[in-house]
Amino acid sequence: MAEAQALTKKDFKSDQEVRWCPGCGDYAILNCVQGIMAALGVPKHQICFVSGIGCSSRFPYYMNTYGFHSIHGRAPAFATGIKTANPELSVWLVTGDGDGLSIGGNHMAHILRRNVDVKILLFNNEIYGLTKGQYSPTSPQGLKTKTSPMGSVDRPMDPVSFALGCGATFVARTIDTHLKHMEQVLLAAAHHKGAAFVEIYQNCVIFNDGAFDAFADKTVRDDKTIDLRPGQPMVFGKNLDKGIKIDGWEPRIVPAAEADVWRSDTHSPGPAFVMSQMDSDPAMPRPIGVFRDVPGPIFDRSVHEQIQRAQSTKGVGSLQKLIYSGETWTVT
Amino acid sequence: MTQSSAKDAELPLQHFESVVIRFAGDSGDGMQITGNQFTHTSAVIGNDLATFPDYPAEIRAPAGTRPGVSGFQVRFSSSDIHTPGDQPDVLVAMNPAALVVNIKDLKPGGIVVVNTGQFSDSDLKKAALTKNPLTDGSLSGYRVIEIDINKRVTEALKGTALSSKEVQRCKNFYTLGLMYWLYHRPLETTMKWLEEKFAKRPELAEANKLAMQAGYNAGDIHELFQGRYEVLPCTSMTPGTYRNIMGNDATAMGLVAGAQLAGLRLFLGSYPITPASGILEALASYKHFGVITFQAEDEIAAICSALGSAYAGCLGLTTTSGPGIALKTEAMGLAVSVELPLVIVNVQRGGPSTGLPTKTEQADLFQAIFGRNGEAPIPVIAASTPADAFETAIEACRIAVQYMTPVILLTDGYIANGAEPWKLPKVEDLTPFPATQLKAVPEGGFLPYARDAHLARPWAVPGTPGLEHRVGGLEKAHLTGNISYDPDNHEFMVRMRHNKVMGIRDSIPTPNVFGDSTGDVLVLGWGSTRGAITSAIEELRKKGRKVSSLHLRHVWPLPKDLDKIMACFRSVLVPEMNMGQMARILRSEYPQQNIISYPKIQGQPFRTTELVKKIETLLEK
Repeated sequence: MAEAQALTKKDFKSDQEVRWCPGCGDYAILNCVQGIMAALGVPKHQICFVSGIGCSSRFPYYMNTYGFHSIHGRAPAFATGIKTANPELSVWLVTGDGDGLSIGGNHMAHILRRNVDVKILLFNNEIYGLTKGQYSPTSPQGLKTKTSPMGSVDRPMDPVSFALGCGATFVARTIDTHLKHMEQVLLAAAHHKGAAFVEIYQNCVIFNDGAFDAFADKTVRDDKTIDLRPGQPMVFGKNLDKGIKIDGWEPRIVPAAEADVWRSDTHSPGPAFVMSQMDSDPAMPRPIGVFRDVPGPIFDRSVHEQIQRAQSTKGVGSLQKLIYSGETWTVT
Repeated sequence: MTQSSAKDAELPLQHFESVVIRFAGDSGDGMQITGNQFTHTSAVIGNDLATFPDYPAEIRAPAGTRPGVSGFQVRFSSSDIHTPGDQPDVLVAMNPAALVVNIKDLKPGGIVVVNTGQFSDSDLKKAALTKNPLTDGSLSGYRVIEIDINKRVTEALKGTALSSKEVQRCKNFYTLGLMYWLYHRPLETTMKWLEEKFAKRPELAEANKLAMQAGYNAGDIHELFQGRYEVLPCTSMTPGTYRNIMGNDATAMGLVAGAQLAGLRLFLGSYPITPASGILEALASYKHFGVITFQAEDEIAAICSALGSAYAGCLGLTTTSGPGIALKTEAMGLAVSVELPLVIVNVQRGGPSTGLPTKTEQADLFQAIFGRNGEAPIPVIAASTPADAFETAIEACRIAVQYMTPVILLTDGYIANGAEPWKLPKVEDLTPFPATQLKAVPEGGFLPYARDAHLARPWAVPGTPGLEHRVGGLEKAHLTGNISYDPDNHEFMVRMRHNKVMGIRDSIPTPNVFGDSTGDVLVLGWGSTRGAITSAIEELRKKGRKVSSLHLRHVWPLPKDLDKIMACFRSVLVPEMNMGQMARILRSEYPQQNIISYPKIQGQPFRTTELVKKIETLLEK
């Protein structure tokens, strides 16, 4: 069987023609995920990709694993059903800013707070792509789109802050054009036990091209982003000469030597939340990397533990006994 | 009615064939518990019975008001019965509101037991009464038994450590004790239930037992009644072992049985909603059967998780009512498209929108059969009585598994909360229908949308090597299941899914006609109208009328040969708790038949007398 040998990236490519727009950030993510899958060594029949509706949600068709392209916004519910039915499966959920945070915001909140052991990749392009360019819940205020000709009056939400607020046990962020970083973050997510939420800034070349250039473009990235690496000092800049110190309630830029050491496992998600909101000040760098990584009880495991406990205390249920339970009487 | 002297009592013991009691009180008075206990005891002593709980949607509407009245009707009988009775023989009214709301239903000359302890001026005011019905002569057509239950229960529980509020909470058991005395029933079943119910608070078990005993003794001591009554065990019931069962519980057990007969794990994704919650609650306690219950964040997540579980190899199940089914429609369409086994239970209630949450209706039939975007055929079956819900639930599982399809199982509030004796089946008599899941790549390769004799596609479960494949809501190419926008393929697949569902007809029996196979009127029913229809037909046939009935379990697709059966009658009457949805379906399927709709849309089940009257009007024409 192929599974007995080491799998390669190629093993995870399905026979379906990939139909994203040329230049779409999704290609880089697909390529990276296929590489990660090979690196993880999980047999491909044990892997299931689940998605909702949207450009990103076509993802499962391109993976040579099990896959379910479900309903707009509802992928977390499908993933919860699949993972709870069979906790042995490696379940990955691919969603977007509209799918995961607008129509499916409710389900996203609940899969995170339940801590279902599912790896969630949220492709954030700050636009509705598949419906051809309307503003999304992460679009910046003032963005002019087909449905906001005078600029969007909606305030955007921050996916990382949202996930932290839901009690997610693993929250990270990466960028489609930063392959090495994406690979590290996705591996960390894969190794986390419990729900792992990864926001991936993903450029939509057609409807919102360059949305992340201000910090993600390779020419400015080192100075305009900071990679949160657990246990490492929060330093950034081309020469790694700048650092971040959380001073009281506010983060500020300090010389690298004075930078705080980043911790993703604090008791309170407070520091992670502070960092997730840092870039509301345009002078501050955009944080990427691992915001939070803490252990927690895993939903799907707990469900099966209860079943086992019930079976060991009550004995495995007998249908005959169930039907004949309660007060019975006999008519002769 | 016969009269005799009981050996162990001075008062005469009168025998009745059948009695209907309605317990009515404030929604906090515990009337549902009282009614259920009376029912259980009557079941255990061998009566045939039927119940009809009727309670408000509000958990505790303002105390003492008319909207807060909760009622429980039980009919117990020494002969076969099919309904909880049209009119109570006895009304127990715990306060003025309960009296005024229910008195119009009481049989002329019937007994009304009134708790006078709850008839102060302020109690009358809460019930919006300007005059006291106990003194204004309005009850002159009834036998009124006045008893200050508030005071009696206080006396009975003097010396216990309970607060006066807790003491008053035992009123319903005092009342129950009194009714047990009046109808000559043993206290043991309820005593045992109290001990189990209050195992952690023995002082409450003790107090309620004391109250019940005091109520029982009051019958003897206080000379409230001129005699006692007895309803002997029902001897015409088919031999076997019986238990009393409520519809929601029977549904839950049927689903557990269905999953076992299929050899699958049952996964329920559900969101609490009245009156379907009982099924979720029951299944949540069946963990030792390996059942997974997932209380989802909403109705949509509930069905989506169940469909996800079906993809992963479980028998998917979701349960809901009323507006909940509306929220599930998109996922039902996906279930049609991905062709996985999923049972959708809709415990129908009054609509539209929030409608009448605690009242019954059958108005979701069109939605069940047609209510999705696109051509999305789903088989629909309906339970007809609380006990029938067990078999119908198994049948829903069978169709889902054998045809790889979502199935809608319709029950309603009347079935869900109603109870009747259930002749218990032997597990070994239930026919298994083991599900087939591919274990390896089949000869000739794996095609996710190939078809078997039922036109069902193969079930390939994640975790099986070599069968990796993707499913979704986009149209699929025949055989490969790849995304396809090809016009001819779309028509082919639409017809394929249609033919698969219509093919279920080959696996279902044509229902038997109750009565002669020819005659003047055939009453054709589906769902919970069965009891009332059967009673009406029995009554009319006794009078020599040429009437018969036929009851549908499979409402879509319809069983074969219905047209041949209908053609043997002058007309076909279709009573439904909706505007005539089944009648419309029958007219479109069998346009040559004379189909007459008889709608009732009051949130209340049909009464036998109503049906008898309607059928007689038809016969006169």
